[in-house]
Amino acid sequence: MSSTKYILGLFDDPDEMMHGIDELQKNSIPIYDVYTPMPIHGIEKKLGIKDSRLGWAAFMFGCLGGTTIFSMATYMLALDWPMNIGGKPAFAVPDFIPITFEWTVLFTAFGMTATFFYATHLFPGRTPRVMDLRATDDRFVIAIDAKGNIPHDDITNVLKQAGAVEVKHNDRKYVSYE
Amino acid sequence: MASHSESIIREPLITGKDITYAKITNDILAPVERMPGRAWWIGFTVASLGACLWVFAVSWTFWYGIGEWGLNKTVGWAWDITGFVWWVGIGHAGTLISAILLLFRQNWRNSINRSAEAMTIFAVICAATYVVSHMGRPWLAYWPLPLPNQFGSIWVNFNSPLVWDVFAISTYFSVSLVFWYTGLLPDLASIRDRATGLRRKIYSFCSFGWTGSVKTWQRFETVCLILAGISTPLVLSVHTIVSMDFATSLEPGWHTTIFPPYFVAGAIFSGFAMVQTLLLVTRKVLGLENYITMFHIEAMNKIILLTGSIVGVAYLTEFFIAYYSGSEYEQYTFLNRFIGPYWWAGCMMYGCNVLMTQLMWFKKIRTSIPIAWVLSIVVNIGMWFERFVIIVTSLHRDFLPSSWAMFYPTWVDMSVFIGSIGLFFTMFLLFIRVFPSIAIAEVKLILKSSSEQAKKKILDHGGLDPEQVQFYKESLVTFDSVEIADYEKI
Repeated sequence: MSSTKYILGLFDDPDEMMHGIDELQKNSIPIYDVYTPMPIHGIEKKLGIKDSRLGWAAFMFGCLGGTTIFSMATYMLALDWPMNIGGKPAFAVPDFIPITFEWTVLFTAFGMTATFFYATHLFPGRTPRVMDLRATDDRFVIAIDAKGNIPHDDITNVLKQAGAVEVKHNDRKYVSYE
Repeated sequence: MASHSESIIREPLITGKDITYAKITNDILAPVERMPGRAWWIGFTVASLGACLWVFAVSWTFWYGIGEWGLNKTVGWAWDITGFVWWVGIGHAGTLISAILLLFRQNWRNSINRSAEAMTIFAVICAATYVVSHMGRPWLAYWPLPLPNQFGSIWVNFNSPLVWDVFAISTYFSVSLVFWYTGLLPDLASIRDRATGLRRKIYSFCSFGWTGSVKTWQRFETVCLILAGISTPLVLSVHTIVSMDFATSLEPGWHTTIFPPYFVAGAIFSGFAMVQTLLLVTRKVLGLENYITMFHIEAMNKIILLTGSIVGVAYLTEFFIAYYSGSEYEQYTFLNRFIGPYWWAGCMMYGCNVLMTQLMWFKKIRTSIPIAWVLSIVVNIGMWFERFVIIVTSLHRDFLPSSWAMFYPTWVDMSVFIGSIGLFFTMFLLFIRVFPSIAIAEVKLILKSSSEQAKKKILDHGGLDPEQVQFYKESLVTFDSVEIADYEKI
């Protein structure tokens, strides 16, 4: 039993990496994850990753923001302390539109981004879980869980033939831990 | 990514030979990873002296009150609100580039969005400091917030554009900050993974544990798209509301329904001018000519020309409506811009903003870096005078001739303004020192489709319409980062 935990296929070109994914899938080798220095369009479909639902979160937060400030303005100006401003109605809906809009945007932005950070486990000071340090520079990395996926040499060959410039057999999952 | 080849008639967005993904990272991170050069230190010294002047002048204002400014009973708003509107306007270009151009799928934004967004944030900080210091009693700055209080509670008046403005500016600032910082995460991770020691720890903290996995990127792109979608109406609303600070009054010269679109166009106009002022120097000093190319410069000049012309049309409309309204006071206000004691400010406004920008119709001028830089400064000056004319020239002579007065700035007024420019440049210089000034991941995204080398490959491959090839070669002549000699054989 080898001590390899993860097999990484490092590509220097996104199109060749996509080809690598195809080849691995053809050989029924499950892919753990892919790390790239930039977003790769079309990869989600290939890996069967569902659409992000962050749009729904954004919509909900937007509704919450708009409702909050509109209710606040209504309570403050029309219910709690109505003022006579030139005899005009206290419940002045057109005047509430700008602030309602602003808070819709504000809540959408903060709510959605916070949801994104929460769902992706991003927060200040989080220890980066990096499998290869060049994945944020110029390497497109396909990671394969070595456990159960044997023989490892075959995986290496598939990756090499698909155009991987380097194949790594890592004994540790994350190289970024000190 | 199904890399596709882009048509040859589109100019390249990345120039230079042998540009690889690694080279992009190296080039863009070089200013962050090496010690800054002499140009940076000189700039930083001058800018931080300005920032010190700002601290001194604002402290002086806080201590002695706004009586230290040149304001009087007639002219109650002058350089303070002029500076505020000027800075907020400058900020608008950043959001336009990062949000509106993203929605329109303008790939050239990828090289300039990062620094433009940073500029937005610093400009809005400068603007916000004006708001606080012009209050006179800045320790009561929380009064426009709808907080429970012991006066009743008597609440803020949501019918007032000034309250709308508090909401608009604070939302604009915080949403821009979120947008900018989220976009920075992948690039901070790039720095982190190359750094060692303490630097690594700091960037590790700041990069939130970014890994660049598929799901992360997918969510990241969703977030950026939605942020762009909501920032687009937001940026339009912000300057609309700023203009309503004036437009909802009864002051001749302010009481104008054209103000919202006119202010928004003017804001984008001045913002692009400031982006141009900054980037033309930055690309040279940081050696980023391959990423911020002549195409970017010319595209920004075209936007300056377009928005400058919209502003010109708005000026003409204002004059016509003043005449057509039949209102004596309105007519006098606009006449007063030319024949009154502030005629020189009016000339600066109309001359710099309308006449000078019309020069941009000539390609020679659009593609000349020194002229474009000078014109960008001219636009900045012109837009400052536009706000000065709208605010001071309208206020100083309105309904009652017995209360007509002039405004004379004191040294405090001037120091706050000059100091705010110093503050802005201090923040910008620090930014290019510690953060990548170009969005690395986004530039990598267009390397395979829109770079000069990719197009060269198509050219070498042959089989293209000779007319298109000729067009492409001619378009490259203006680029200062392309070696034209390489194209002679083709």
